[in-house]
Amino acid sequence: MTENKIKKSTPNLWDASAFMLVMGLVVFLALGSRQMAIPYTPGDSIPLSLNPEYLPFYAMRTVVRMVCALLCSLVFTFTYATVAAKSSRAEALMVPLLDILQSVPVLGFLSITVTGFIALFPGNLLGVEIASIFAIFTSQAWNMAFSFYQSLKVVPKELKEASQLFGLSPWQKFWKLEAPYATPNLIWNTMMSVSGGWFFVVASEAITVGKTSVTLPGIGSYVALAIQDKKLSAIGFALLTMLIVILLYDQLLFRPMVAWAEKFKVELSESENPPVSWVLTLFQRAYFLRRCVQKMTTLSHNLIQRVPKLPPLTLTSRTTSHRFMKVESIIWYAFLVVSILFGFLMLVNFVIGGVDRSEIINVFMLGFITLTRVVILLLLACLLWVPLGVLIGLHPRWATRVQPLAQFLAAFPANLLFPVAIFLMVRYHLSPEIWCAPLMILGTQWYILFNVIAGASAIPNDLIEAAKNLGLSGWRLWKYLLLPAILPSLLTGLVTASGGTWNASIVAEVVSWGSTKLIATGLGSYIAQWSGKGDYPHIVLGIAVMSLYVVLFNRLFWRRLYTISQTRYRLD
Amino acid sequence: METNLLVLKNICKSFKKSGGEEHLVLDKVNLTMKEGEIVALLGRSGSGKSTLLRIISGLAQPVSGEVLYKGEIVTGAVKGLAMVFQTFALFPWFTVLENVELGLKALGIPQAERGRRALAAIDLIGLDGFESAYPKELSGGMRQRVGFARALVVEPTILLMDEAFSALDVLTAETLRTDLIELWLERRIPTKAILLVSHNIEEAVLLANRIVILGTNPGTILSEIQIPLAHPRDRESPIFRKLVDDVYELMTKRPRNAASKSETVPLSYRLPEAPINQLAGLMEALAGELYNGRADLPELADQMGFGIEELFPLLEALEILSLARTEEGDVELTRFGKNYVDADLLQRKIIFAELVIQRVALVAHIRHVIDDRPGNRAPEERFLRELEDFFSEEEAERVLLVAIEWGRYAELFAYKEDAGILSLENPGKKD
Repeated sequence: MTENKIKKSTPNLWDASAFMLVMGLVVFLALGSRQMAIPYTPGDSIPLSLNPEYLPFYAMRTVVRMVCALLCSLVFTFTYATVAAKSSRAEALMVPLLDILQSVPVLGFLSITVTGFIALFPGNLLGVEIASIFAIFTSQAWNMAFSFYQSLKVVPKELKEASQLFGLSPWQKFWKLEAPYATPNLIWNTMMSVSGGWFFVVASEAITVGKTSVTLPGIGSYVALAIQDKKLSAIGFALLTMLIVILLYDQLLFRPMVAWAEKFKVELSESENPPVSWVLTLFQRAYFLRRCVQKMTTLSHNLIQRVPKLPPLTLTSRTTSHRFMKVESIIWYAFLVVSILFGFLMLVNFVIGGVDRSEIINVFMLGFITLTRVVILLLLACLLWVPLGVLIGLHPRWATRVQPLAQFLAAFPANLLFPVAIFLMVRYHLSPEIWCAPLMILGTQWYILFNVIAGASAIPNDLIEAAKNLGLSGWRLWKYLLLPAILPSLLTGLVTASGGTWNASIVAEVVSWGSTKLIATGLGSYIAQWSGKGDYPHIVLGIAVMSLYVVLFNRLFWRRLYTISQTRYRLD
Repeated sequence: METNLLVLKNICKSFKKSGGEEHLVLDKVNLTMKEGEIVALLGRSGSGKSTLLRIISGLAQPVSGEVLYKGEIVTGAVKGLAMVFQTFALFPWFTVLENVELGLKALGIPQAERGRRALAAIDLIGLDGFESAYPKELSGGMRQRVGFARALVVEPTILLMDEAFSALDVLTAETLRTDLIELWLERRIPTKAILLVSHNIEEAVLLANRIVILGTNPGTILSEIQIPLAHPRDRESPIFRKLVDDVYELMTKRPRNAASKSETVPLSYRLPEAPINQLAGLMEALAGELYNGRADLPELADQMGFGIEELFPLLEALEILSLARTEEGDVELTRFGKNYVDADLLQRKIIFAELVIQRVALVAHIRHVIDDRPGNRAPEERFLRELEDFFSEEEAERVLLVAIEWGRYAELFAYKEDAGILSLENPGKKD
């Protein structure tokens, strides 16, 4: 005990390691971000080298982009979701909008916005950097905002009452009640989004939209160059570097955050196997550092206290009559309807101005082809991963080992592996119509695996014993117990995988090796090809049709299945 | 010397129903609290006692009438009123100390004083040593101590307790009650009055100087009873038992003329939450040797381990179905009740079916509609919509579920929950 006291006052070994870790990260980010705003005019080519010595530097640039996008996504989440949750009028517009934005293919955003961003910062590389960051942002923000919004909507009533009774201001209430309550879900979602984001950060580093062709230094552009030069060894180095980056991300960010978020779970019982992280332990034991941080927070709190208080906000004014409120909301909703119609007409007008009407039907056909690919791939992935995942999940010891591996693989940008596959396809003259398809699901199949593992390890042991006691075995055991029991988590995995597969179609349906280009018929290759030519009406048409397919697929299929599985197959 | 701390004048509260009409839950409630009083609000579920407490604390606003605290109208959260919650309402991400400090932070009290006062409150309530623990690490009783410390640290003039002991086990609750009363008697807390909402009659008699009984539908004050006993009180003393008996009698007395005996209860009747198994268990216990068909309510509640929250709905259901009758704090099985207990499983269902279709208009109505419809099926929304003429959406759903459970047990109709369809199909046969 006395030892403990000494530890509290002087920096210890934990402090030293934590300090080095923090400083290392700060220097790293500073170095990376300094490179972002160098002079640049469109048409310049940024020198890139395939020398593996440069790879750590490229990796750093990629990571900095990722961090920037993550910060933007967090700011967006806190503002957008909070407004949507607090104002029912804003909610009526903001929530459906989020739903649609979620269905728009991420690389579509990139094709449309890149020229605009470049124009914003003439003569500087910053515009291109921002375009790339924006693409990553679009792959994360909607999802995170949605999670935060949903958590804000279900903050326990008695906690709200307690904060009201103790007179917390809206600001205090947000930081002491609402934000902490939403934290576990938000962190989990953020981490999943970042995992998905690696794919797009890599894809967005080598952009060609019409005449604008830009290469940002990074792992993605390194691989693009390697493809151009047909250098398989360089691709090997890039893969290795990415592996290390993801490993560091997993250990330094993902795990500590998830372990830390455990504190904010509202269930008032401790979970049996709480997630652990050595980094978190390190910081928790670094007493000196913690005390410094504490001192700083109290200091800033005291500063805030001195700011004169605003009069408390009364949200419902009792003076406005019901009739007036009604008129006001009618006007608001009418305004919404009119602007939505206007937006739709603009879209139609823009597309029809540059596209033949007959082509529109053709694009829908292409969408159907891609849809068929997506469905078949998901089915095949289920056939493979459901039995394996269940087997692994039923053995706790395997599950604890395979689970992190599957999460790790989900984060690994599969597009870095494309060159290897393309190389083989070119070599053995395989048809791109069929063999491009597996590339689409290469990165997203892991979501199915780790969700199935999670579902299977959550099956209560009682149920398994009861089934065995009743003599269920073989196919019957699967049919009556295992499959229904994992259905909700399988669906969660499938929904994520489905979204990712659609997104991946844009880069997977057109692939190249050196000067050889392989093209599979589909909506993804349609969008990719017209993006290359910089023809906006065609790009917009392609993106709109893909979004429509995704929205309909979600609404008519996934959501229904999900509701059924949540009501009938929930185990609690 | 005696000042009115709190005055409630003609409090009315209603909720909007889906049709836009108002559903009255509190009707002209008047109440005065003086310094030095412990008042218990007793009532069964649906009496609006929790709503009343929320109006007093400023969490909810009455539709008409006013709450005066120290002569001033309450319109929002009031400094001087602190509440202890049934579910503790602790912030799981804060330690015990941080939870207790919360109210002080909101008041903008500087850190040094905040810490000192919080630690004093933690000491007072017997939590020292747990300052840095998270609520997750504590047992239920310790958690509620945090709830008390958090309320007491702001030195409230009136302490409000919303079923503060009902989520705890019997022994823990008793210890906590004793500790609280000790603090109160020894004047170690500056609290001038306590208002507790409870559904536990013994608890109310044990703690309060005055018990206010709320009736249901809408909530009104039925009666008040003084408890002129000195603390600490002896649960076994004859005068204590007599008071408990009196409260039971007051609470089971029916001013309600709508549902007099052996009549059908209309669609607008709030069917009580009474699961079949508990009804059967209660009747069997009544018919057993111990009671021989007639039992004293406090004794029965004690023996079955029921609070009034559970017991009263059962009694009400038995009464509606004329399986038993409640009078003067006693309950007695009727002829039907005795037949039911003597019958085997199948006959029981037949007896129950006959009674339920005679006495409960909603069940009869559902069966009637299903009979008339082509295909003998009807969606539950149809009935919900009808019930929403009388109740809030939530209450309509609850009432319909009770009717469905009774009807299903009586094999009057079948119900598919995921589809929300009521039908005549025998669920045993597949189509």
